[in-house]
Amino acid sequence: MAVGLPRQTLLQRLDTAAHEAAPAALAVVLVIASCLPPLVPGQPGLIPSAAPAAVFFWTLYRPRLMSPLAVFGLGLLCDLLAAAPLGLNTLLLLLLHGIVLTQRRVLARQSFLLVWIAFALLATALFAVGWVLHAALAFRVLPVLPPLVELGLVIAVYPAFSWLFVRLERTLQAA
Amino acid sequence: MIRLSVPFRQALARLVLPLLIAASFGLMLLGKADTVIAERARVALADFLVPVYDVLSRPVGAVQDAIEAVRGIADIHAENARLREENARLRRWHDVAMALEAENLALRAVLNAPAEPTPGFITTRVVADTGTSYARSVLLSTGPRHAVRKGQVALDENGLVGRVSEVGSRSARILLVTDINSRIPVQIERTGHRAILAGTNGPAPRLQHWAEGSQPQPGDRVVTSSQAGALPAGLPVGTVRQGHGGVLEVELAADMNRLTFVRLHDFGLSGILPPEQVARPEPRRRPGS
Repeated sequence: MAVGLPRQTLLQRLDTAAHEAAPAALAVVLVIASCLPPLVPGQPGLIPSAAPAAVFFWTLYRPRLMSPLAVFGLGLLCDLLAAAPLGLNTLLLLLLHGIVLTQRRVLARQSFLLVWIAFALLATALFAVGWVLHAALAFRVLPVLPPLVELGLVIAVYPAFSWLFVRLERTLQAA
Repeated sequence: MIRLSVPFRQALARLVLPLLIAASFGLMLLGKADTVIAERARVALADFLVPVYDVLSRPVGAVQDAIEAVRGIADIHAENARLREENARLRRWHDVAMALEAENLALRAVLNAPAEPTPGFITTRVVADTGTSYARSVLLSTGPRHAVRKGQVALDENGLVGRVSEVGSRSARILLVTDINSRIPVQIERTGHRAILAGTNGPAPRLQHWAEGSQPQPGDRVVTSSQAGALPAGLPVGTVRQGHGGVLEVELAADMNRLTFVRLHDFGLSGILPPEQVARPEPRRRPGS
């Protein structure tokens, strides 16, 4: 409730807005950066997307900073950038957001290892749904190996993203 | 701002997620029903992001080169010996090629046959690898006022890479031959038998639909075929090899892991496009128009 509080000046309001937009903005930057050519030449198309990790982390610890609308926008960016069927990544990320929202009171108090395992399970379920949707929209059975490899990378890289997000969260709290 | 009561606002907040999930399904239907809108949105985003990628991919390229240089120093001796040997071999081939060219010219003069026109090409930089595990494509920075058209053939220095599937005002997207939607008519160089090169989203596309009794053999060189007027004939694609379970795959001549520059060839053919691309290729622009 804003009643009784002094009215914020424009600068203060800008500052708050920047704080609230920081997690989503970082996720957007990470998603865009994941399409850069890899530093060490390797298999193309296998840089894991930061989107699932970002949506999972922020929904779990600071759901106010990752609104459904931001999740939707992030999914749309992924869809358009990768020329995926429109609406597919938005749906998957929104599902992830919704599931984590219902479980966050239990999950947020657990150790990092348990949270990581929860992320791995959710990501696996999400990739399975994603594979089915991709196949349904393409009217054919798609190869399973590339998504499995990507799933493995997404899970393996989660601690690194998590570390980065914790840093950002501390900075936001300190400011 | 409109002041809303707290319960109403909470109810509204609870509605946002289901509404957005419904919107995602709506988008899926829209994307299936009207591919033009989805393509326009993709092209607009690519046009917006390509300058950013253009700037960012330069330092990445520099670091890549540095890593490559350090790696190169390690086996410089072996590399030198290999190059010497290759150079000697190529010099012999050069002599043969010169002799053949002279003979060819002489024969053409006798027959009064017109020379094959040399196709023009544009070289563009690959700035982003937008591949996922379900689709393989790259973004090109073409710069403003380019002459890139849909359906053009892209090659790196060694062989076929893919075809232009979307063109924006300063960007273009190439559907790689490894993409699951890519179908390229090819022929076996040795025998001239035709087949279709089908992408699998994996590193090596497969050969399909060859005529009975003309099974390609591992080690055969594969080149493009001019079947259906989709591609010019004879562009290098790769070599046949036996994959898992006896499937015939093509090891691509192009280095798909390190696409930095691609040549877009303007053959002026009205080609067929992959099934996803429903729009017809644009007609060749006349100079001066």
